Amino acid sequence: MSRIGVFVCHCGTNIAGTVDVEAVADAARQMPNVAYAGTNKYMCSAQGQDYIVDIIKEHNLDRVVIASCSPRMHERLFRKVLAEKTDLNPYLLEVANIREQCSWVHKDKQIGTPKAINLVAMAVAKADCDTQLFTHEIPVTKRALIIGGGIAGIQAALDIADAGFPVTIVERKTTIGGKMPMLDKTFPTLDCSACISTPKMSECEAHPLIEIKTLSEVEKVEGYIGNFDVTIREKAKYIDYDKCTGCGMCETKCPQKKIPSEFNQGMSTRTAVYKPFPQAVPSKPTIDADHCRMLTEGKCGVCAKVCPTGAIDYQDVDRVTTERYGAIVLATGYELIDWTRLYGEYGGGRYADVISGLQFERLVNASGPTEGHILRPSDGTEPKTMVIVKCVGSRDPHKGVPYCSRACCMYGAKHAHQFMDKVPGGKCFVFYMDVRTPGKNYDEFYMNTLHEGARYIRGRISKITRRSDGKLVCLGEDTLSGNVVEVDADMVVLETAMVPPEGAKKLAQTVNTQLGPEGFFTEAHPKLRPVETNTGGLYLAGTAQGPKDIPDTVAQAGAAAAKVIGLLCKQSIESNPMVAHVDDSKCSGCGACVDICPYSAVTLVEKTLRENSRKVTRTVAQVNEGLCQGCGACTVACRPGASDLLGFNDEGIMREVEAYATR
Amino acid sequence: MPRDNEQTGEFTPKILAFCCNWCTYAGADLAGLNRMNYPADVKVLRVPCSGRVNPQYVLKALQSGCDGVLVCGCHPGDCHYSTGNYYAKRRMMIFKRMVEFAGLSPERFQIRWISGSEAGKFRDTVVEVSEQIRALGPMENDAPSRAAIDAVAGTVASPEADEELFAAAKEAI
Ligand SMILES: Cc1cc2nc3c(=O)[nH]c(=O)nc-3n(C[C@H](O)[C@H](O)[C@H](O)COP(=O)(O)OP(=O)(O)OC[C@H]3O[C@@H](n4cnc5c(N)ncnc54)[C@H](O)[C@@H]3O)c2cc1C
Ligand code: SF4
Ligand code: SF4
Repeated sequence: MSRIGVFVCHCGTNIAGTVDVEAVADAARQMPNVAYAGTNKYMCSAQGQDYIVDIIKEHNLDRVVIASCSPRMHERLFRKVLAEKTDLNPYLLEVANIREQCSWVHKDKQIGTPKAINLVAMAVAKADCDTQLFTHEIPVTKRALIIGGGIAGIQAALDIADAGFPVTIVERKTTIGGKMPMLDKTFPTLDCSACISTPKMSECEAHPLIEIKTLSEVEKVEGYIGNFDVTIREKAKYIDYDKCTGCGMCETKCPQKKIPSEFNQGMSTRTAVYKPFPQAVPSKPTIDADHCRMLTEGKCGVCAKVCPTGAIDYQDVDRVTTERYGAIVLATGYELIDWTRLYGEYGGGRYADVISGLQFERLVNASGPTEGHILRPSDGTEPKTMVIVKCVGSRDPHKGVPYCSRACCMYGAKHAHQFMDKVPGGKCFVFYMDVRTPGKNYDEFYMNTLHEGARYIRGRISKITRRSDGKLVCLGEDTLSGNVVEVDADMVVLETAMVPPEGAKKLAQTVNTQLGPEGFFTEAHPKLRPVETNTGGLYLAGTAQGPKDIPDTVAQAGAAAAKVIGLLCKQSIESNPMVAHVDDSKCSGCGACVDICPYSAVTLVEKTLRENSRKVTRTVAQVNEGLCQGCGACTVACRPGASDLLGFNDEGIMREVEAYATR
Repeated sequence: MPRDNEQTGEFTPKILAFCCNWCTYAGADLAGLNRMNYPADVKVLRVPCSGRVNPQYVLKALQSGCDGVLVCGCHPGDCHYSTGNYYAKRRMMIFKRMVEFAGLSPERFQIRWISGSEAGKFRDTVVEVSEQIRALGPMENDAPSRAAIDAVAGTVASPEADEELFAAAKEAI
C-alpha cells in the first residue's frame, strides 16, 4: 500500500477564492492510500517547498499529489524539489490542476470545491500506480543550425558563433539578409538599413565558425534534442564557388538582361547570372536556371567564355548532405500578403502607381531603381500627392488576416516622412484604422510626422479608380467626421500584412513542431518561454514566430541564441524517461507498434528470453529511448498489451478514469 | 457525489475529457488564464497525445459511471508528435463509428480537435457537450447506449473478435 501525501495550494486567493481548499484537504484524507493532506498559501514558494519536504520526511510518504496550478506551469519545479531535497523519485508525483482548469473558470466555491475534490481523487488514483523512472544521459552535438538567413538568423548565428560553436545558416534565396537590406531607412532613428545590416552579413561570411548555404532548404530532420540529423538540399548554382572570385565579369556580359529584379521588387531588371545586390552574401553570383539560355535552350555559354577563373559549370547538380546538429533555430521570417489577389477595389495590381510598402522602400533608396528619387512607375514623374493606406490585409478577417502586423503603423509614418522630405510641397494622406506606436521613441516619431504635415484620416479606402489623366481617385470615409473623402493621388502606397512564408507548414512538419492558427510558429509559452518551442532543441527567432519589427526581431534572435548556447555548453542532457516500454513476455512480435510509431523508435529484434524456465529465442519489439517521444500511439496499437507508456501507464489511466466515474 | 443538484434536483452529468498535453490541455489552461467561465460537468484527464487514448478507457468510463466522454487533441496535421498520429486518430474515429453502430448515442462519445490557442473553442465545446448530455439524461437511464457499450466491451476483451469488429467498422465507413 502506498502512502500518498496531498498538498493543496491556496495560490493566495487564486485558488482559495473559489475553492474551499480545507474542504479539499479534508476530502483527500478519506481517499484510499492517502496518508497526509494539508494546505499551504503558496506551494511553489521556498517556504511551501520546505513544507512539502518536511511533511514527506515526517510522514514517511512515498507518493506526492500537488493540487495547484497547471502541471504545465510547475510540475518540473516540484519534480526538482523531490529530486534534490528528498529521497523520493521525482516521477512519483502527480499534479491536480485546480487553478487553470477549476478555480479560474468557476464562479464560486459551491461549484469549484466538488470539482477540485474530483480532480484530486483522479490524481491520487494515478499516483498510486506511478513507478520510479530514471533518466539517462544524451550526448549533445555542439553545432547549431539556423533555418532562414534574415536579420533574425544572422543575429542568432553571430551570437552563437561568437560563443565558440559552429553554425550553419540555411537560406533558400541566393543571399542572406532577408528583407532588411531592401529597406531604405529604419524607424524610429532613420538610420540607413543597408548600412547596419550588410556589415552583419559580411561578418557572417567572414566568421570562421559560420557556414552559409544559400539556395538551400532543409528536407528532412530526424533525431531529437542534442542530436538532430538534418538533410539539406543545396540547389545547383552552376558556379564553382571555390574558383569564383566574385569579379562580376559574367554579370556584365550576360545577354539575358530583362528579368525582373526580386530585390527591387520588379521595378528594375537583372541578368540570368546575377547577384541580387552588390553587398549580397555570399558575394558571388548564381545562375538562375529558369532564365539562363544555356540551361534552357543549350546555347549561349557567354559567361563561361568570359569568366577569368573558369568557375562556370553548367553541369552543376544539387548537393544533398546530412549532418548532425545539437540545436535548430527557425528564423524563416515573413512574406507580404499578395494584395493583388485580394483587393480588386485597389486595382488588383492593374495600376502601376499603386505600389506596396516594400516597393516604396526601393523607390526611396539611393541604390534602388530610381536612385532614390520618388518617381511614379507609370511615367517617371514625381508624384505631388501621395496616399498611404495602412492595414491592407491586416486586421481584415474577411479578406486578409485577423491580426495586426505591428510594424506598419511605424513604417507608414516613416514613408509619409520620407515622401514629404523628398518632395517639397508634396501632400501626403494616410488612411488608417488606428495608430499603434508602442515602443521607445515611436510615438514621438509619429507625432513628428504629423507636425511635418501628414494628414491622417481615420477610415479605410473603399475604392481606387484611375482617371484618364492618370490620377488615382481614392474614395474613402473619414469615420471621425462621418464625411466621404475623395483624394486625387498621383501615387498610392499600400502597407500590406505580414504573412508566414511559403512552405512554413511543410517545414513545421519536417522539424516536427506546431504553427498557430495564423501560420506562424508557436512558442512553448507566450510569456515565459517565448523563444522555445514544444519540441526540445528547437528555437524561434524573428518574424517566423509572428509579425514584429527589427528591434524585437534582433532581441528575440539574441534570446534564442542564449538558449542554444545554454544547451550546447552542456556535455550531455537528461533524457525524457516517459517513454514506451515493451514487456518481452507479453509481446507477440506482431510489429503493429513498429508501423504506428511516428519516430521510427520501435524495431523488432531477436531476443533470448526465459519462458517457463526454458530459454527461447523470439522476435520482440524494442523501443529506442532516445528516439521515443512518449506519444503512446504504440501502446494503443498493441493488442496483447505488451507496450505501455511509462509515466502514463495503462493501469494509472484506468484507475484515474475509475476514480472519477465511480465517485 | 450527489448526481443531482441538491437545490434544483437538476441532473449534473459526469463527463470525462481526455485532452492531449500539447494542444487541448494547453487550450484549457488558456481558457483559465482568460478567466472564461464554463460548466463544471467536464473533468480533464491529461494524456500526452490523443493517440494515447485506448478505446478501453472510453469503455471503462462509460461503463462505470460517466455520462459522456470527450477525446480532444490537436488538429490533424498539427500534432506535436508529427503526422504519424493520423493513424492513431483514425483508429479512434473507427472506434467511434463502431460503438455508434452498436447503438451508443453519438453525443456520449465525441472527438474534437482543439489547439493550444483555441481557449474559446475549448469553452464552447465544454458548454455544448455538457448541454447535449444534460438533454440526454444520465447514462444509467439510457438502456440502448448501455447495451451498446457492454456489447462492444465484451468483444474488445477478446482480441480476435475485436479485430473482426474493427475490420467490419472500417468496411462500413
Ligand atoms: C515595407 C516594410 C518596411 C519596414 N520598415 C521597418 C523599419 O523601418 N524598422 C523596423 O524595425 N522594421 C521594419 N520592417 C519590418 C522588418 O522587415 C522585419 O522586422 C525584419 O525584416 C524581420 O526579419 P526576419 O529575419 O525575421 O525575417 P526576413 O527578413 O523575412 O528573413 C527571413 C529569411 O528566411 C528565409 N526563408 C524563409 N523560409 C525559408 C525556408 N523554408 N528555408 C530557408 N530559408 C527560408 C527567407 O528567404 C529570408 O531570407 C519593415 C517591413 C516592411 C514590409
Ligand atoms: S510512445 Fe510514441 S514515440 Fe514512443 S515508441 Fe511508442 S509510438 Fe513511438
Ligand atoms: S505491438 Fe505490442 S505485441 Fe506487437 S510488436 Fe509491438 S509491443 Fe510487441
